[in-house]
Amino acid sequence: MASEAHGAEQGGLVFHPMDQFIIKPLFGGDHIGLFTVTNATLWMALAVLGIIAMMVLGTRSRAIIPSRSQSVAELAYGFIYKMVEDVAGKDAVKFFPYIMTLFMFIVFANFLGLIPTSFTPTSHFAVTVVLAMLVFVTVTIVGFVKNGMGFLGLFWVSSAPLALRPILAIIELISYFVRPVSHSIRLAGNVMAGHAVIKVFAGFAAIAVVSPVSVVAITAMYGLEVLVSFIQAYVFTILTCVYLKDALHPSH
Amino acid sequence: MASTTTEAAGHAADAAASAPGMPQLDFSNWGNQIFWLLVTLVVIYFVLSRIALPRIANVLAERQGTITNDIAAAEELKAKAADAEDAYNKALADARAEAQRIVAEAKAEIQADLDAATAKADAEIAAKAAESEKAIAEIRAGALESIKEVATDTATEIVTAMGGKADDKAVAGAITTRMKG
Repeated sequence: MASEAHGAEQGGLVFHPMDQFIIKPLFGGDHIGLFTVTNATLWMALAVLGIIAMMVLGTRSRAIIPSRSQSVAELAYGFIYKMVEDVAGKDAVKFFPYIMTLFMFIVFANFLGLIPTSFTPTSHFAVTVVLAMLVFVTVTIVGFVKNGMGFLGLFWVSSAPLALRPILAIIELISYFVRPVSHSIRLAGNVMAGHAVIKVFAGFAAIAVVSPVSVVAITAMYGLEVLVSFIQAYVFTILTCVYLKDALHPSH
Repeated sequence: MASTTTEAAGHAADAAASAPGMPQLDFSNWGNQIFWLLVTLVVIYFVLSRIALPRIANVLAERQGTITNDIAAAEELKAKAADAEDAYNKALADARAEAQRIVAEAKAEIQADLDAATAKADAEIAAKAAESEKAIAEIRAGALESIKEVATDTATEIVTAMGGKADDKAVAGAITTRMKG
């Protein structure tokens, strides 16, 4: 029983739920340089191919009455376009391609990561921190360019009593700088936790008695992860829109 | 069995503890990941902003235009249909009025003809009646004359048969007197 799960070095049931996140060079060698093609590179590239397939090949007929693939692309377009317009306002529409890029990348990386034995780029803080910092830096620059020093009014809650305003300003300032942290950890944490939990259940599946339970649990977790994959992409995108709205219209 | 499971789980925990930890916190490969992420994002951004999004925007705008045009065309056709219906109703009403007028005219004409014919027939009947009355009067006069003649003859014969000499003048006078009575 469970003999196949016995690690050579331990002699017990061994599972490494975090091993799926290890970054390995794709073409041999141990050293990972700046330009080494790794499994992360592969799955990012597959996400790009998926996006091209959906958004470019799917719409190649440019039909008035859309085909199924074109409907999907139009649906994604309309979904994000409306979100940007509704949440961040009409003048935020020029950031739509940028927000669409973030959303499409996260969605495709998340869903491709759900393929068994695949790799999920969005489970790495290196990826989500860069995504979040891109948003943070963009929003901050846009805020100052659009409103000048008036952007600092975001931290000066004019509707609060005057005595409270300096304290609120400090809280607002802290919350502003915590944004990229929560923004990035939320995404990577959700994706990583789900994948790790599935792996843990999969490790238990090696024990004959609990394997039915663990298979059911894996199935349930997988369903949940499908949901999480989309919801986290949605949350990341809508928060980007909210931050962008703050930058364009800093008055509370 | 249960003890085996817990033991196995315990081993697993040991194994997890002895694992290198989160690969996410291995900062040696962050540069690599960030580099490839930026490449990926730039590629996606250009594909989307240069090809996919303008194309979809065009399709959506075109569809909106088509829908608007079709709706306008439909409205126009609807108005035309309403106009046609009005014209049809008007034509129908005109035709009905015309028909009624023709019917009334025909009725009047026929009435006039009928009246004329009736008057003519009445006149003819009156003429015929007058003629007949005249003929009857003549016949009546003729009859009186005949009676007078027959009476004269008869009286003369009777007087002769009685052995007298019939005086024509006396007979005629007597008959005239009798006839009057």
